[in-house]
Amino acid sequence: MGANIVTLTSSTFDETVNSSTKPILVDFWAEWCGPCKMIAPILEQIASENGEDITIAKLNVDDYGDIAGRFSVMSIPTMILFDKGEPAKRMVGAVPKSRLLEELAEFLPSSR
Amino acid sequence: MGPELMSRFREQASRFGAEFITEKVTKVDFSARPFRVWIRDTEYKAQSIIVSTGAQSLMLGLPRETELIGHGVSTCATCDGFFFRGHEIAVVGGGDSAIEEASFLTKFASKVNLIVRRDVFRASKIMQERAMSNPKINVIWNSQVTELHGTETLSGVTLSNSVTGETTQLPVTGLFIAIGHRPNTDLFTGILDMEDTGYLVTVPGSSRTNIEGVFACGDVQDHTYRQAITAAGSGCMAAIDCERWLEAE
Repeated sequence: MGANIVTLTSSTFDETVNSSTKPILVDFWAEWCGPCKMIAPILEQIASENGEDITIAKLNVDDYGDIAGRFSVMSIPTMILFDKGEPAKRMVGAVPKSRLLEELAEFLPSSR
Repeated sequence: MGPELMSRFREQASRFGAEFITEKVTKVDFSARPFRVWIRDTEYKAQSIIVSTGAQSLMLGLPRETELIGHGVSTCATCDGFFFRGHEIAVVGGGDSAIEEASFLTKFASKVNLIVRRDVFRASKIMQERAMSNPKINVIWNSQVTELHGTETLSGVTLSNSVTGETTQLPVTGLFIAIGHRPNTDLFTGILDMEDTGYLVTVPGSSRTNIEGVFACGDVQDHTYRQAITAAGSGCMAAIDCERWLEAE
């Protein structure tokens, strides 16, 4: 996992998401999920290229199913963007980088 | 598992200098060399091309199906089965992969309804036996899903029986669709030879297409085997065909 990516747990989730000054994109994933592995390198790129605007975080649904359940995650990868602690955008499935960046565009002011 | 094999191959290719551009190609021009490929406005040129665009899951084509993906509707049992622990769910399809998904899902779900369009399976005998002998699998014959219910997440489906004409409600929170695949070849219509079903045609025993210098491998040209290992093998064939062709040119 890239150095720029925050690893969330049940005990750090709320504090990290609520106190984040930047929008934070949480990737709900698991070791056994193929599409999650396909999107992982793309998220690493976004973390290093757009780190100024956005924080990328990962939450393992196998280990922290309580958090996944709270947000009704029923398919992975699911990526939820939290802005000021509130879910602002939700994406399901592995998508190409350009599509992901388009979806996130409004939260990436420096890249415009 | 397939995905792990893929990620290891990817790492290996990258170690040997392959550069990855994870995008959807929007247009191709194979009429002259170098061949040209576009991703929106960006143009790439290549002396040779290997097409391995794969196949995608067919969907039922029902209203709200797309918006319910990730909210109860799924095409990937291994990805999403985990979230249906103790739930009653359904799998649509009568082939090997539908039964494989249904069997896998019994690890999590309390009950798996297998919805089959006809009164027989398309699956191999051994897979049929697997389905019939699993106490958690309930086969519903002659039936099709005609409606999806639920606002935020799936809460049930309407089934229509093609013999009696009756409709019934099935209260499932998960619906796994396994009715087959469609090759991703729209981009090559009128350019590369394909079968009526859209699969690319290659010269038997090779990865050559009708255009010299353009090769095809994997599920995009194989509707028979469609296994990670056969796709990987045909990928190796394409790499060798391509290398030899380039050397000879």
